[in-house]
Amino acid sequence: MTAQAAAAFGAAADPAHESRARRIWRRLWRRRGAVFGAVVVSFFVAVALLAPWISPFDPIKADWLQVRKAPSAAHWLGTDEIGRDLLSRMIWGARASLLAGVVSVSIALAIGVPVGLLSGYCGGWVDHVLQRITDALLAVPFLVLAIALAAFLGPSLTNAMIAIGISTVPVFVRLTRGQVLSVKVEDYVEAARAVGNPHWRIALRHVFPNVVPPLLVQATVSIAAAILAEASLSFLGLGQQPPNPSWGKMLDTAKNFLDQAPWMAYWPGLAICLVVLGFNLFGDGLRDALDPKES
Amino acid sequence: MWAYFVSRLAIAVPTLFIVTVIVFGLQHLLPGDPALVMLGEDRSPQAIAQINREYNFDKPVPVQYALWVAKAATGDFGHSLRTRKPVAELIAEKLPVTIQLALMSMAFALLIGIPTGIVSAVRKGGFWDYFASVVGMSGLSVPTFWLGIMMILFFSVRLGILPASGYVSPLENFPANMQAMVMPAFVLGAALAAVMMRHTRSAMLSVLRSDYVRTARAKGIAERRVILRHALRNALMPIVTLGALQLGQLLSGAVLTEQVFTIPGFGKLIVDAVFNRDYVVVQGVVLVTATAYIALNLMADMAYFLVNPRLRG
Repeated sequence: MTAQAAAAFGAAADPAHESRARRIWRRLWRRRGAVFGAVVVSFFVAVALLAPWISPFDPIKADWLQVRKAPSAAHWLGTDEIGRDLLSRMIWGARASLLAGVVSVSIALAIGVPVGLLSGYCGGWVDHVLQRITDALLAVPFLVLAIALAAFLGPSLTNAMIAIGISTVPVFVRLTRGQVLSVKVEDYVEAARAVGNPHWRIALRHVFPNVVPPLLVQATVSIAAAILAEASLSFLGLGQQPPNPSWGKMLDTAKNFLDQAPWMAYWPGLAICLVVLGFNLFGDGLRDALDPKES
Repeated sequence: MWAYFVSRLAIAVPTLFIVTVIVFGLQHLLPGDPALVMLGEDRSPQAIAQINREYNFDKPVPVQYALWVAKAATGDFGHSLRTRKPVAELIAEKLPVTIQLALMSMAFALLIGIPTGIVSAVRKGGFWDYFASVVGMSGLSVPTFWLGIMMILFFSVRLGILPASGYVSPLENFPANMQAMVMPAFVLGAALAAVMMRHTRSAMLSVLRSDYVRTARAKGIAERRVILRHALRNALMPIVTLGALQLGQLLSGAVLTEQVFTIPGFGKLIVDAVFNRDYVVVQGVVLVTATAYIALNLMADMAYFLVNPRLRG
């Protein structure tokens, strides 16, 4: 090993000299809950991406000879009320759930972060007006607002994602604004202002990067909430429309066959729990790993 | 105190104004002519003229809004398109059912969440702390409607000891009402119990580190008394405020719980209205929910002000 390489290795191994990303990764890796969460989420993401190749049956095609069959070698998770393979529907349902989670949170981020940045950075009447709008959106319980929006937009997965996204916006506005308020009085921001940087540059180059870590944590936890919300809307008939598979809709159907085919109710609920738990655990771990007070 | 109340009111009033704008704006999300969409099948010229007259669709949008909000301020949210009953009457019929459900759920949440939060904080890092955090995290991850379905499967289908659905008024038959409500209330309270547990734990942890707790311990006061009389009393303040704020969130959960257990409450009213395309009812329910939430927030703020000497200055 050359002296240079040895020095580089030493720097990497020494916690005082390692990069921020590496330090966060090391902290994250040390948390069993976060690792478990990451494994669970990765598993479901892989299932969703590989759905066309790993799904054993057509998730939509009815098979009237296989109606409400209990789990067996042919149908590992059993079949539903019109003979569709539950495993295949679970696999394709993962796509709808994860897509809803990611798209809804992306919508919320795309609206909430710029609004929060503007509100916190400008202050004054702009902040006052934007905060009252945020208060108004927060005043309507999340699911009630999502139901109302989905009802007026019309029932579909796309509209459910828009409804969930809009309902999540206030969370990101509040978080971004709060972070901006604490960052904009820091010395380095004052210095950037003193040397004559324009406002947009200060907001984007000096303030925004410091807002990103808590946003990442919130986005992870919000994906979990959005997945639950999509399942809830689909359960109520306002999300994914039949015959397309969705875990929430599968549970809605299952509740009518609890006596004859209880397995129909087990798997979708279990999958929702696991994926939501995965995102929550990963989000919790990420929050701790990004906390500068954590050693 | 009045100055504080007025300052909070100065925030609540514009918020309520924006809520009314949002709720009114919902009908403009409907694709096409709102009168035609609201009417559904019956599109006779008379019916169109009547709905245009009733909801002022023939007037400019700002005028429509002003007339709508003036009516809503007097408790007139219009008539259900389906049953032709006043929306306010429908809400008044259903609300007591949901309030009973919410209060019973809150009781479950407090009874489960606060003791487990205390034990978790006192035994920090131990088995019970770990166990409580696993249960708490699971409580936050389990969908309300799935928990409801699983409980129906176990207690109603397998054991047959509780009814799977239905509602009886407590004034008609109190024991039957309790039997019908205990499972939905537990289901709705479970997620809130997890939130309460996490907040109690963190509030207790910060209080247990404070000087006066250390002093109480140094004086030789029994540990149980230190925890319950000295620490918990101060930790409870933010928890109670959180509880008041969570009542609004319980309404969200009630929508799903009432759907699973077929309880004719406020939540079922909005879902049924959505499927009947009864948009006037949807608007009324959302407006009442938001107003109640803003009022609860204001009351929680005032309660916090009254019990917190530092805010009173």
